[in-house]
Amino acid sequence: MHRPSSLVIGGIVLVILALSSCTTAAMETLFPTSQSTSVPTQEHALTLKVMTHDSFDISEEVLAEFEQANNVKVQFIKSGDTGTALNKAILSRENPLADVFYGVDNTFLSRALNEDIFEPYDSPLLAAIPAGFKLDLESRALPVDYGDVCLNYDKGYFVQQGVAPPMTLKDLSQPEYKSLLVVENPATSSPGLAFLLATIGNFGSDGYLEYWEGLVANDVLVVNDWETAYYSEFSGSSGKGPRPIVVSYSSSPAFEVLYSEPAVDEPPTAAVTANETCFRQIEFVGILSGTQNRELARKWVDFMLSRTFQEDIPLKMFVFPVNSEAVLDQIFLKYLSFPDQTAIVSPDEIALNREVWIKAWTEQVLR
Amino acid sequence: MTKPADHRSLLSWLQPLLLWLPPVLFLSLFYFYPLGSILQVAFERSQAGLAGPFYEVFSSPGIRNVIAFTFWQAALSTLLTLLIGLPGAYLFARYEFRGKSLVRALTAVPFVLPTLVVAAAFNTLLGPRGWVNLALMDSFHLLLPPIKFTNSLTAILMAHVFYNTTIILRMVGDYWSHLDPRMSQAALTLGASPLKTIQHVTLPLLMPAVLAAALLVFIFDFTSFGVILVLGGPRFATMEVEIYYQTISLFNLPLAAALSIIQLTCTLGLTILYTQLSKRLQRPLSLRPVKYTQRRLRTWQSRVFVTLFMGVLLGLLTIPLLSLAARSVVSLERGPDPSNTNPQFTLAYYQELNQNRRDSLFFVKPINAIGISLAYASMTVMLALALGLPAALTLARDQDWRLNRWLDPLIMLPLGTSAVTLGLGFIVALDQPPFDLRASPLLIPIAHTLVAFPFVVRSLVPSLRSIRPRLRQAAAVLGAAPSQVVRQIDLPLVGRALLVAAAFAFSISLGEFGATALVSRPEYPTVPVMIYRYISQPGSLNYGQALALSTLLMIATAVGMLVIERLRLADIGEF
Repeated sequence: MHRPSSLVIGGIVLVILALSSCTTAAMETLFPTSQSTSVPTQEHALTLKVMTHDSFDISEEVLAEFEQANNVKVQFIKSGDTGTALNKAILSRENPLADVFYGVDNTFLSRALNEDIFEPYDSPLLAAIPAGFKLDLESRALPVDYGDVCLNYDKGYFVQQGVAPPMTLKDLSQPEYKSLLVVENPATSSPGLAFLLATIGNFGSDGYLEYWEGLVANDVLVVNDWETAYYSEFSGSSGKGPRPIVVSYSSSPAFEVLYSEPAVDEPPTAAVTANETCFRQIEFVGILSGTQNRELARKWVDFMLSRTFQEDIPLKMFVFPVNSEAVLDQIFLKYLSFPDQTAIVSPDEIALNREVWIKAWTEQVLR
Repeated sequence: MTKPADHRSLLSWLQPLLLWLPPVLFLSLFYFYPLGSILQVAFERSQAGLAGPFYEVFSSPGIRNVIAFTFWQAALSTLLTLLIGLPGAYLFARYEFRGKSLVRALTAVPFVLPTLVVAAAFNTLLGPRGWVNLALMDSFHLLLPPIKFTNSLTAILMAHVFYNTTIILRMVGDYWSHLDPRMSQAALTLGASPLKTIQHVTLPLLMPAVLAAALLVFIFDFTSFGVILVLGGPRFATMEVEIYYQTISLFNLPLAAALSIIQLTCTLGLTILYTQLSKRLQRPLSLRPVKYTQRRLRTWQSRVFVTLFMGVLLGLLTIPLLSLAARSVVSLERGPDPSNTNPQFTLAYYQELNQNRRDSLFFVKPINAIGISLAYASMTVMLALALGLPAALTLARDQDWRLNRWLDPLIMLPLGTSAVTLGLGFIVALDQPPFDLRASPLLIPIAHTLVAFPFVVRSLVPSLRSIRPRLRQAAAVLGAAPSQVVRQIDLPLVGRALLVAAAFAFSISLGEFGATALVSRPEYPTVPVMIYRYISQPGSLNYGQALALSTLLMIATAVGMLVIERLRLADIGEF
């Protein structure tokens, strides 16, 4: 006697399922975004899929140039933070989600190469890139950009207190910098890991724990993510936290000018770029093995290494071009200092020791 | 249908099967299959076989601590949430007062806010430079902030209460509002003390809804990720946080899989415990329309009491929100003139939201992001109700059917599943046409539905079960067609619960931050994804825009909730 009511409900279910699939189709028409309108409505022979992390950005105009020159539609697939995106690329190896993967950095490079997700491509544009960036000699992963993880400080605090800002990593364990530093947890944050690597590059894998012991004695604060460190704890940001020194990027002060409200000419913060106080993150692009669009994928890689894209990078992602021919925008020349020498730890060493280093650090600093 | 004889007939077998068909198909395809695939892939990578990773888990004191802490903080958070939520539920259930629906809508807002934003909100209040600490330092001439909130267990507990109180308020409050007050009045008249009345009459009657709500709150706290990470800091980790670390940072998939299975087993165990308990506690009742159960505030004592408690509740839930909203229209920056330290009123952050100053390909106007979020949320509501209603109907009507006893605990599993693991499962499993949904926008409402579906079922079942079977039988005897019975008995009686369920599905979808778990198409970002884009970059304008967009999300949520509240007047809610 209840069958009819089940049928009624079943019918409702079917109708709703059908409706929701239509809704998805309707979304494209309802919410035309810049991406779906960036190319005129000509018919495209092909779509090139580029898998990347959440921080990827590009100018509409720059992309349109590539799409028009090659009569292709580029679809970006954002897949979480760097580690998450890489894991997704590895797990979809058999049936790749995309043709190209951009965004693996030197702290994750060995994972990508060991899992064999890229096919080699000797781009002619590699000639314009200094050898120091080319960490994969087989050109499976090609360098695109770099960013330096450096200490940032609140200029106002140090002026007010009449204390000089720290110049070296060693300074941070001095009494005048007690309770001033906030860092990110290397287990959960990419700048956190970079800063741990800077200390390892400086003091060696046998000396870094002793250095951190000094920081703990000097009341270093550890939080899990960059956002909390920068906006909740750091006094130089809009969050107006209590601590005047934070681990961030060398480009952060320039951001503070570019994205200021009300507009300012001078950043309220500055980065410490003295020798070996920063760790350099280099990001790579690679063609995913199994691509059906090899020619186009190669063109895209060439494009990413070309001046057009390279000069678009800084204002979009606040990292810097590896192509030595690319010219930097005035704003960076004004507000940025590049470290002459960064602390160095090779990708192989990182892959080999990441777990051991983080574990030992956790024991030393958090327990 | 509860007559034993019915169970032998083919029809009564067919009915629950037909009702189960849509939810079971959905869960198999979008939950069990992806989960199974990723676990298989993970264990294939294990060099120590199937048992190795489990051995690793239990032999590591660090991870054992993580498991213990996961239980401990979840239990504590759930207790606190009940402590705050139950009196609130009582007031919502028994009193009619002005502005009630607005207050109800506001209490739902925390549920949808991204953790990073909530952390910022708490920080402006209780952080080292927060108002409370500054005021205390000022009035007692202290040099250091007296309240230590950052990276503390207190922060975790407060955030959990902040997020989940609305679950208790809605699920228990709604059920309570239909309980016949004459029963406790009778007890009081017969000489029972108010305490005894609560203990022997009210609580036992209320227990099914309290248990269901507490179970959901517990599982939410148990699998907590963002709150632990952002507010708890590096000294605290739940299993979910450990799974993230093992998966992303170390790429130790076998260990992560073992942890995911342990987390799932715990969820399943809890749910089985819950279903056993609730079966014993559930009894058919005469639910009463709200207009017979609610009172106006007549005496001044009741007015003072209600005002005081509502004040506390609203304070706890909305002061952090208000401080956030206030901060989105105030600039604390000095600007080019360093002597200017006064906070300035500004709408610049809101204006900037509409500007694509840097010609970014991924720029989306806030109005569009809200539209996209609302579109996903409506799809989630439809899907979750379409799948949850039939499941709830059969769970409530055919309680003794053996398959139901098996299926009942299973539907809670998606809530207890690690988002990182399931996200990777989608990548591994849904890669063949016609289900190559890995990069499809459709995957977002599907993933949201997995979370919303258990909520829908749990909100509906207690009300559906409390309908006296005789009502349906009487209707049938009087000549009502079965579909008419559903329409005129079941739906009106559970109409409120249906709206509660819809409200949950709606807010789960609005607030879900899918970026970590899912592959996203950047051209269709939800509001939380956009907020994250802003707050992950330095600069006062980025920070201000993140807060402004959060404020818009809060407003959209409150309005959405008010609309859902109003729906009941229009159609099926009252009887």
